Amino acid sequence: MTDTSAAGIGEEPLQVARLGPGALVAGLVAVVGAMVIGMALGPVDISPKLIVYELLDDLPLIELDSGLSAQRVAIIEQIRLPRVVLGFLVGATLSVSGAAYQGAFRNPLADPYLLGIAAGAGLGATLAITQDWGDGGGFTDPVPLAAFGGALVAVVLSYTAGHIGGRSTASLVLAGVAVASFLTAAQTYVLQANSDAFREVYAWILGRIATSGWSEVVLMVPYFLLAAGIVFRYRRALDVLAVGDEEAQALGLEPRKIRAIVVLAASLGAAAAVSVSGLIGFVGIIVPHAVRLAFGASHRVLIPLSILFGGAFMVLADLAARTVVEPAELPIGVVTAFFGAPFFVLVLRTSRRSVW
Amino acid sequence: MSIISISGLTVDLGNQRILDGVDLDVDAGEWINVIGPNGAGKTTMLRSLLGTVEHTGTVELDGTRPTKPIERARRLAYVPQSPVIPGGMLVGDYVLLGRTPHRGVFDRDSNTDCNVAMDVLTRLDLAAFTMREVGSLSGGERQRVVLARALAQQADIVLLDEPTTALDLGHQQEVLDLVESLRRDRGLTVVATLHDLTLAARYGDRIAVLSGGRIVETGSPSAVLTAATIAEHFGATVRIIDDPDGPVIVPTTGVPQ
Repeated sequence: MTDTSAAGIGEEPLQVARLGPGALVAGLVAVVGAMVIGMALGPVDISPKLIVYELLDDLPLIELDSGLSAQRVAIIEQIRLPRVVLGFLVGATLSVSGAAYQGAFRNPLADPYLLGIAAGAGLGATLAITQDWGDGGGFTDPVPLAAFGGALVAVVLSYTAGHIGGRSTASLVLAGVAVASFLTAAQTYVLQANSDAFREVYAWILGRIATSGWSEVVLMVPYFLLAAGIVFRYRRALDVLAVGDEEAQALGLEPRKIRAIVVLAASLGAAAAVSVSGLIGFVGIIVPHAVRLAFGASHRVLIPLSILFGGAFMVLADLAARTVVEPAELPIGVVTAFFGAPFFVLVLRTSRRSVW
Repeated sequence: MSIISISGLTVDLGNQRILDGVDLDVDAGEWINVIGPNGAGKTTMLRSLLGTVEHTGTVELDGTRPTKPIERARRLAYVPQSPVIPGGMLVGDYVLLGRTPHRGVFDRDSNTDCNVAMDVLTRLDLAAFTMREVGSLSGGERQRVVLARALAQQADIVLLDEPTTALDLGHQQEVLDLVESLRRDRGLTVVATLHDLTLAARYGDRIAVLSGGRIVETGSPSAVLTAATIAEHFGATVRIIDDPDGPVIVPTTGVPQ
């Protein structure tokens, strides 16, 4: 033995992958920064400093006078704040779901739509729009409800079909492909039969962080907490699953059970995100991969940072979506891909890590 | 009592019977090498011990039948023939995976876990590698890292599936010597599958021949490794040279001179 053994047990602490304070602070700064900028810019520009004052004033025990007019306070608190909060929730949920899917399936191309959520939600929303299932707003709006229902039906179908075809992750992924194709075909048929709704359906599919006050936020919060909470709790188990089912089982875990729990939690979150914002692509793949390349592949680092950076990314993407062609809005799915793809290529080129 | 007791172990994969009534007892502290031709079911036998393949018959550890993966993982550590090396995982984190059976699914690694991992890394001369990515190591280093993960499990039985495949002679010797010294120090029980019959004769106490889904012979290397047995089960023509350290198996050309 070399002299390293002379150091003895416990004297040299083992260095392992951990979420360092630097990365955590970077993530929090990104979130807060994106939200403040997101609230400052718009048809009426408001100073970021005054926004911070105004929001701090709302907290207990803090008295600060921002000097903003009641109208501007209303713009901040009833229009822009719910919108950036919803953007954060949707982005965070989609990225953490993507990271969970990639880990659970050990597949870098897995995204939250792998098991047909997009197609199911698309069919649900198309039915709701074309069949005139009422026109309520907020909690009673039939489009998000139908999208959510369609997404859940798709996941249940994929899981059921995947288990019939065997129990490997590959059979589950293939079942997802089959279910997605089937539901997309059904959606296309419904749309063809109601071509006057084409524009409206297409706009929904491309995604939009649209709010009417706080009701969408209230709808989204429990699903975000559920998905992010469960995936976060299973972050260490996902690191063990990285060695494959057989070795994970030899290490004492029950991989199929863990995969089912993580995937269903991630799916529930993704379904809720899709139902309030449409089919925003790309975030569930790009954010987790960028985090892996920048901070490492361990799920102990990846899961919390995907939540933070995913949320920040979506807030900024939404800001671009509503300001670039003011007063019109770009579909947010267009923005996430248009700005996300070049950014990701940059990360890919500058990173020295091999994460898959 | 035997530490491992296998009886009537039968495994069907699809329509094919892979194992057909395997009976084998292994004593505590023993090193047994399971040999047999390709496709004889050596790996399937190890997987049955791990519970990762459906089987009939009984596998008992100290007279009891473990049911949950975590119960097995505390007794059995497994070094697979082709371990999955996750991209971007550091050596320290990889070895800590071996502590999984000792902590709850949701628990962080305790100081004990880190100390055990560091101890094993030091023991295997890997302390300098902890912050390297497993995927960036050479074949020999990687094999030691996988062995380190298995040892960090602190199980009393180690299952090695072809631990020397893809290693050069020096590294083969290094890995097997290491297992032997750990067996002596810690009283480990070792069940290994090996293709190299001469190595199988050098290391370990006993050899079991698995052929046609059954254990057809067990015994000391010199008793089992005869030209006749090897011809019958491997279809190979060999000459056996007696050496003080055990029989040396030399293949002879099958083409008549």
